[in-house]
Amino acid sequence: MPVEAADTLAAKDLVGIARLTPGEIQLILDTAEEFLEIARRPIKKVPTLRGRTVVNLFMEPSTRTRFSFEVAEKRLSADTLNFSASGSSVSKGETLIDTARNLMAMAPDFIVMRHPDSGAPHRLAALVPASIINGGDGINEHPTQALLDAFTMRKHLGHLDGLKVVIAGDIRHSRVARSNAFLLTKMGAEVRFAAPASLMPVAVDAIGVTPFYRLEPALEDADVVMMLRIQRERQGNMNFPSVREYFDFFGLTPERLKAAAPHALVMHPGPINRGVEIDSRVADGRRSVILEQVTNGVAIRMAVLYLLAGGHGE
Amino acid sequence: MSNLLIRNGRVVDPSQSLDQGMDILIEDGMIARVDEKIEANEDVPVLDAAGLVVAPGFIDIHVHLREPGYEYKETIATGSAAAVAGGFTAVCCMPNTKPVNDDPSITRFIMERGAAVGLARIYPIGAVSKGEKGEELAEIGEMVRQGAVAVSDDGRPVMNAELMRRALEYSRSFEIPVAAHEEDLNLSAGGSMHEGPVATRIGIRGIPSAAEEVMVARDILLAELTGGHLHLCHLSTKGSLDLVRMAKRKGLNVTCEVTPHHFTLSDEDLAASNYNPNWKMNPPLRPKSDVEAVLNAIYDGTADAIVTDHAPHHQDEKDLDFSEAPFGIAGLETAVSLALDRLVGQRVIGLSQLVRLMSTRPAELYHLPGGTLRVGSPADLTLLDLRSRVTVDPSAFRSKSRNTPFAGMTLRGRPAATIVGGKVVWEAEQGSPS
Repeated sequence: MPVEAADTLAAKDLVGIARLTPGEIQLILDTAEEFLEIARRPIKKVPTLRGRTVVNLFMEPSTRTRFSFEVAEKRLSADTLNFSASGSSVSKGETLIDTARNLMAMAPDFIVMRHPDSGAPHRLAALVPASIINGGDGINEHPTQALLDAFTMRKHLGHLDGLKVVIAGDIRHSRVARSNAFLLTKMGAEVRFAAPASLMPVAVDAIGVTPFYRLEPALEDADVVMMLRIQRERQGNMNFPSVREYFDFFGLTPERLKAAAPHALVMHPGPINRGVEIDSRVADGRRSVILEQVTNGVAIRMAVLYLLAGGHGE
Repeated sequence: MSNLLIRNGRVVDPSQSLDQGMDILIEDGMIARVDEKIEANEDVPVLDAAGLVVAPGFIDIHVHLREPGYEYKETIATGSAAAVAGGFTAVCCMPNTKPVNDDPSITRFIMERGAAVGLARIYPIGAVSKGEKGEELAEIGEMVRQGAVAVSDDGRPVMNAELMRRALEYSRSFEIPVAAHEEDLNLSAGGSMHEGPVATRIGIRGIPSAAEEVMVARDILLAELTGGHLHLCHLSTKGSLDLVRMAKRKGLNVTCEVTPHHFTLSDEDLAASNYNPNWKMNPPLRPKSDVEAVLNAIYDGTADAIVTDHAPHHQDEKDLDFSEAPFGIAGLETAVSLALDRLVGQRVIGLSQLVRLMSTRPAELYHLPGGTLRVGSPADLTLLDLRSRVTVDPSAFRSKSRNTPFAGMTLRGRPAATIVGGKVVWEAEQGSPS
């Protein structure tokens, strides 16, 4: 059953999917459809956010998410400032709250932030008048990634409710998996996490997800297969024995993919590890929509900025 | 000096099975008489305790006073002031100072500072191991000679089972308990809250219950092996408390304590705090089922003592990222109100049992003077006002630190006065009767 879009977003911030209603998710997805069209024009710029200031506060290394936000901001004619620093507040010698106070002295309208600590955007949002957009916090959420993933699924499959979505990989440390689980369950999809239990959070039924400890049974009749990056540095760290063994049992190969529905999409938030979590024949195959996810990310981020600036759905 | 007549109070003293209206005469800092009606010389000052409960002084056997070394968080002076304002006449301070209290000179320094401040009685707890490094025994006997009442590597669990075995054995010569902070550091590494459905929901790395329970199980087995007195600190899970029940049924020399925050708050409260580090402590807030288990342990006597684990931290430290902010909350000035409201007010236990848990048993466990109003005992008393309501206001704390999850909470019941050695060291301002 289709969800009716809300008229506006209730909060000034987008800190997580957990705090959105299905109607708000629908609104963002619908609005992004219009912004996707702008990317096809020869002049890809609209005056929507002219005179507004966006600070991109990246306290953790990021290339693609930061670029995607920057492209979205520039296409909306916003003035953008980049602030990057990595490391903990202890090593920087400045707390998040002090960083925020400094930024607020420049009176930005938006702060797009990525931060290594779960909940950092939530705390900041309560302290500053600017709109906070979470670009990934610790192991907690990455809401715009989940929105662009849902947007991509909806574009290809027409709807979200009733979809069987497999998310496989290092779930325990993945904010992408968590935001996707929140979003997809809110929109009526069935979410399956597939990973060895050592890479699975405890009690995933608490977030409405079914755990699978082998990849094959999870793939049965799946409409979407989303592979997560396996961090090589986690191997030998008691989480799993080796990259070779991981690929042997949990890598997405063309043979394994046969268990999924014939129309199944293959997704990945990137950057992909060829031969670790995904076989190149799958990553580059006809079911892969990995590069399209990147294009859609810009439209989603434009939609979020537009709506938080006070824009309404049409 | 230090003569006082306390009139018209309701005297509750489980050590003598007393709960009735009585007067108490204090002479030279000692309890001189407890009787239904006492007439004293006109020059003896009188404290009218009508409407108040008069109990043996409350003793908190688990606090952090931070001096020496972390005076920006707390000092023996501010910690003592917080203790008496919280209704405590004595506190036992953990050795994780800088330097660690692993040496008789540090023990002596703490004793002398405590006496110079002259509010609550301060009893140091020495370290089990040198530098709390878990490698070799500290000079336990020498520290006991200078006034240490127990040993503990609190905050830094003794991971080496051999060292724990030897500590339990060696401490027998000095008749002191080994107080154990139970946490397997490999299992808890990287965690900031209880591992479970709530942590999965809010995306915080978890500390499983098993991190506490495997160490509780290990140390109970070592207590059985050695016959030493194992005192288990701030137990927070049903599994731990079940293990203590089993140990007590076997007649082992095992005792334990629980905290007000673990019987009041759950991980759901942390989730509702919007990632506020004032809800971050170690052991972490557990699920509601564990809160029930702690209440049950208080009710059935599995818990021997209620302690605060008073862990003051500076605001600047609690402003750090959630995962980096230090564990712990300031507890001395909220514990009695929480206990009166949540335990006595909610009829988990009666008042006499509460006095047993906060005075009589702590004195017995650590072999401290007090915990009783018997004639000849030191005149350390806590007066309680069961009717007034208080709203927790951290800005009014005597402690240097303000890190509490209870700010704004309204509770019924509070300490009314604190008397140490016959001297009124703290008195509440006029209360607002309900």
